[in-house]
Amino acid sequence: MTATASPRVAAATARPAPRPPSDRLRAWATRAPLLPALVFMIVVTQLPFVATVVISFFDWNALYPKDRHFTGVDNYRQVLTDPDLRHSVWTTVLLTVTVVLVSLVLGLVVALLLNRRFRGRGVVRTLMIAPFLIVPVAAALLWKHVLYNPEYGLLNGLLHYVGGPQPDWISDNPLLAVEAALVWQWTPFMMLILLAGLQSRDQQQLEAARVDGASDWQIFRYLTFPHLRRYLELGGLLGSIYIVQNFDAVFTITSGGLGTANLPYTVYQSFYQAHENGLASAAGVVVVIGSIIIATFALRVVSSLFREEVSPA
Amino acid sequence: MTVRFKGVGLGLLAWLTGIVFFLPIAWMALTSFHSESDAATNPPSFTAALTLDGYREFFGVGGGASPWPALINSTMASVASTLLVLLLSFPAAYALSIRRVRKWTDVLFFFLSTKMLPAVAGLLPVYLFAKNAGLLDNIWLLVILYTSMNLPIAVWMMQSFLAEVPVAVIEAARVDGARLPTILARVVAPISLPGIAATALICFIFSWNELLFARVLTGVVAETAPVFLTGFITSQGLFLAKVCAASLVVSLPVLAAGFAAQDKLVQGLSLGAVK
Repeated sequence: MTATASPRVAAATARPAPRPPSDRLRAWATRAPLLPALVFMIVVTQLPFVATVVISFFDWNALYPKDRHFTGVDNYRQVLTDPDLRHSVWTTVLLTVTVVLVSLVLGLVVALLLNRRFRGRGVVRTLMIAPFLIVPVAAALLWKHVLYNPEYGLLNGLLHYVGGPQPDWISDNPLLAVEAALVWQWTPFMMLILLAGLQSRDQQQLEAARVDGASDWQIFRYLTFPHLRRYLELGGLLGSIYIVQNFDAVFTITSGGLGTANLPYTVYQSFYQAHENGLASAAGVVVVIGSIIIATFALRVVSSLFREEVSPA
Repeated sequence: MTVRFKGVGLGLLAWLTGIVFFLPIAWMALTSFHSESDAATNPPSFTAALTLDGYREFFGVGGGASPWPALINSTMASVASTLLVLLLSFPAAYALSIRRVRKWTDVLFFFLSTKMLPAVAGLLPVYLFAKNAGLLDNIWLLVILYTSMNLPIAVWMMQSFLAEVPVAVIEAARVDGARLPTILARVVAPISLPGIAATALICFIFSWNELLFARVLTGVVAETAPVFLTGFITSQGLFLAKVCAASLVVSLPVLAAGFAAQDKLVQGLSLGAVK
């Protein structure tokens, strides 16, 4: 990602042929307002990543700094063969896919419900957005202690009324517990994007279809859904980018235990607790490669929406 | 008649969904006003007496660590980084929307691509750099990192807001002899003020929420509010009301900022792709 984007920026600033000084001066005057932000971004985000790639080729434990030496791709071999690390790759995929898909489907249902006129629509919209506006750590604490607690949590409290069982939610299904908390926070996000998609539909076209006697299902299937497709893609991909990186929920709800450690948590743990700098960097690079695969698609979707908006102007 | 009936049913269903999603927050708010012993009953005590004890406990009235340093650190990191983001992104957005540089779309997508690079991948070098430069446990390091985290979002949002500023107004100012800083401050900024405000609120939210960098790079001095909250991860006996009070107090600025920016929230979260 960074490797492909940087030369393009360089190309943008490179000049094809020498020009008169006044022209060059004007070009620099146009560029000047952009440069501080651009330089800042390159220094703060690209340099550390290059350093990560370099460190990932070294056997380097922070507790034994003198033993630092070049090991080639050994760290990568270890990341990809170590059962714990391999498991965390799998956990990351599972967590991301589950949370994104479930919150997309729920978000779509809620968006369809909220797209209709009814009494108190604004209030319901506000209620729906609220979960997304709870600080992630606080949301995770809320689920861990206030909802899931087997003795006095709200879930078991409500089950008590109907004489249901009293499960220990987190111990019984640790990954599911993390996923449910994340779905609760991310459904509003999906709902907002899909609602914006629904409201940008061509009203005249919908009206025409209705006059022609199309049923609600037909309108959804042949008009709404194709229109929403790109919004679904956008929500799914942006959601994936954020959830692949999730640290707060895993750290808070299970502290990475019970097989819920995802890659970001593993990276954190391997350098913060185990002081394995080389290994942590290699795991970090693996996360990046995964993100690049998602991001390539994400950039394509964003750019197609973007060009559509720019072209008529 | 059946159509009407269906309409009412779907409206009720929408209400029901909204309430289900809001229920955990409502329950958190109610529990925060209960005494610890009332908070930890099964079945839950909905009608127990209300008290401010949870809040007193959280603010350290009965001994225990005060959250104020963490709250002040969070405020400083979020406000300072948001200001820095605005200062950098506003001129950049001008060069990407009004007086465009060549290949401006490539520049925009470069900004976006940095957002897709997982933060965790740069964590270790940043930590090593901070350790060697003596910047560990320093709030200004977080300010710089949060600025880089939010700058792409701000550039994207701002350029879509600035693109709506009529060119004629800017040309008129230029003809009158105004220079770029004056044009930006006196002409462009007032027109795009609602957009700038929404951008600022969204950057504030993301900075306030951040945990991973704050957790790794700060200690006792520069600890932020989310890091303070991680102190509640392991149970400490009866502490449910205190946890609820803490979670609610720390989330209040985000709730306020989020509701204030509600209309532009989608645009910010989708990096300007959705209006």
